[in-house]
Amino acid sequence: MTGFDFSRLLHFWSQRWPDILGLIVEHIAVVAISLLIAMVVGVGIGMLVWNRPIPRSVVIAAAGVALTIPSLAMLALLIPTFGLGWTPTVIALVMYSLLPIVRNTVVGLREVPPAVMESATGMGMNQFSVLLRIQLPIAWPIILTGVRVAAQLTIGIAAIAAYVAGPGLGSYIFQGLSSLGSVNALNFALTGTLGVVILALLVDALFVTITRYTTSRGLRA
Amino acid sequence: MPKTPDTAIIQIARNTSGARIVLDHVTKSYANQPVAAVEDFSMTAEPGELIMFVGPSGCGKTTTMKMINRIIEPTSGSISIDGRDVLSLNPHELRRHIGYVIQQIGLFPHMTIAENIAVVPKLLGWSKNAIGDRIDELLTTVELNPRDFAHRYPKQLSGGQQQRVGVARALAADPPVMLMDEPFGATDPITREKLQAEFLRLQDSLGKTIIFVTHDFDEAVRLGDRIAVLSDRSQIEQFDTPANILASPANDYVASFIGHGAAIKRLTLIPVTDAVLGPVSESSGGPITVCDTDTLRDALDSLVLTGLAALTVVDEARRPIGSISVDRISAVLGADVATPTVQASRP
Ligand SMILES: Nc1ncnc2c1ncn2[C@@H]1O[C@H](COP(=O)(O)OP(=O)(O)OP(=O)(O)O)[C@@H](O)[C@H]1O
Ligand SMILES: [Mg+2]
Repeated sequence: MTGFDFSRLLHFWSQRWPDILGLIVEHIAVVAISLLIAMVVGVGIGMLVWNRPIPRSVVIAAAGVALTIPSLAMLALLIPTFGLGWTPTVIALVMYSLLPIVRNTVVGLREVPPAVMESATGMGMNQFSVLLRIQLPIAWPIILTGVRVAAQLTIGIAAIAAYVAGPGLGSYIFQGLSSLGSVNALNFALTGTLGVVILALLVDALFVTITRYTTSRGLRA
Repeated sequence: MPKTPDTAIIQIARNTSGARIVLDHVTKSYANQPVAAVEDFSMTAEPGELIMFVGPSGCGKTTTMKMINRIIEPTSGSISIDGRDVLSLNPHELRRHIGYVIQQIGLFPHMTIAENIAVVPKLLGWSKNAIGDRIDELLTTVELNPRDFAHRYPKQLSGGQQQRVGVARALAADPPVMLMDEPFGATDPITREKLQAEFLRLQDSLGKTIIFVTHDFDEAVRLGDRIAVLSDRSQIEQFDTPANILASPANDYVASFIGHGAAIKRLTLIPVTDAVLGPVSESSGGPITVCDTDTLRDALDSLVLTGLAALTVVDEARRPIGSISVDRISAVLGADVATPTVQASRP
């Protein structure tokens, strides 16, 4: 095993930066695609079940179970049906994202004060308009918080997806781990890990900005 | 796209200065409740009338009111507005023509004041310009400067200001019927009195048919054309003008609801000019005078305050037109007691 040498790490980066950049872009892409899908599906499910006690509990329990499956196991289970690469990765990430998004959607929609709901109905809005024009905008910051949690979760889990030949920084981490003892093993693992951490921080900051610009000023504290 | 509402609703909507509301043997039993919340309730509200529902907590005021805009569906009986059975109308379209103010106000927190007021006009497909004009007009009506307030959010308003916006929002599409559930409930007595005065002035010019729920009897006396005193299961104990209820309560229940000081409450309804004024010479003069637009209650207040036997009554130009004393005030009440069925008009 070679010891850590910072100048070697810099050298490693300068040699491989186009490669590293490509992995970062892939990582962002797979997380973004998964989050978009999870948001559409999760908010949709939330809108369907928020006021139905039994479906609501079932959906949230199911999403909770999905979250407890270890990511390696989840990915392995997806291989027989979906093969390797992007597809199983995206499916796994969507499954992990659903719990925070569905739960926060349900909580957000339910938290709209009854008086607000009643005056909306009393003014002649049908149930769908109330949901779309009153509840969803009021619940929006809470829903976005769910998406933000899902983003943190999936950035980390996406790194594991290299196990099923998925895209992203995980391939460096796995390459490092599988070649322990070789010259660049530590550099590979370190680059992948650092990339994931920095990405997570940047995405979190991005969400703070998005929340700020898409939430009505009337709802901000 | 809003679909075309049926003609019955259009007819109700055109009648912007008041519709006749008839409740006929209306009963509401909630599921799993042994007794009905509203039992066999019948009442007619004439066009332009301001009717107050007064009664203790839980007697069924809100339930009765909410059946008119179908927020709650009656178990049996029928309700009609201008002769149209509301149960046969599309509830969403119906509600766009019934102004609705709830106790908790329920402004939409994510919308500005202007957007809150615009909701129903938008649902009705008004043009942008018409909506903009209407917002300015209504905010001015409820004494909120449009330049200051139109683009604020509800949380940037005081409770009293929010309640005004709630009333403005309910008036937005100029509905013939208004349902108001303790609209001034959440305010301090001073703001409340101010809102009540503004509201009376507003109603004088609008002439809507209004059902107004309160458990404050004084508010009912102050605002109502007629008051329905309700007891459990929304039973009507008495339904009459404020003056008649104060002068001759139908039973002990109504009397206990009026509480102490019925005579003084009656005085708030009677203008000074209803008394037989004495000659100006009867008054000992002094700087304190009573204006001819004041009520007998105001006159009594000044008499007690000054300790004088009589005060000068002056007209708008502050010319003395007579004098008023406690005896002359009592005489007015005495006359009223003798003829309890006379319909007194609102002050
Ligand atoms: N959704 C409901 N389910 C069951 N019972 C109800 C429901 N809403 C009201 N009730 C009951 O019906 C009765 C009348 O209630 P309502 O809200 O009409 O009273 P209220 O006169 O408006 O009282 P308050 O002055 O406190 O607002 C009460 O006994 C109440 O407990
Ligand atoms: Mg009530």
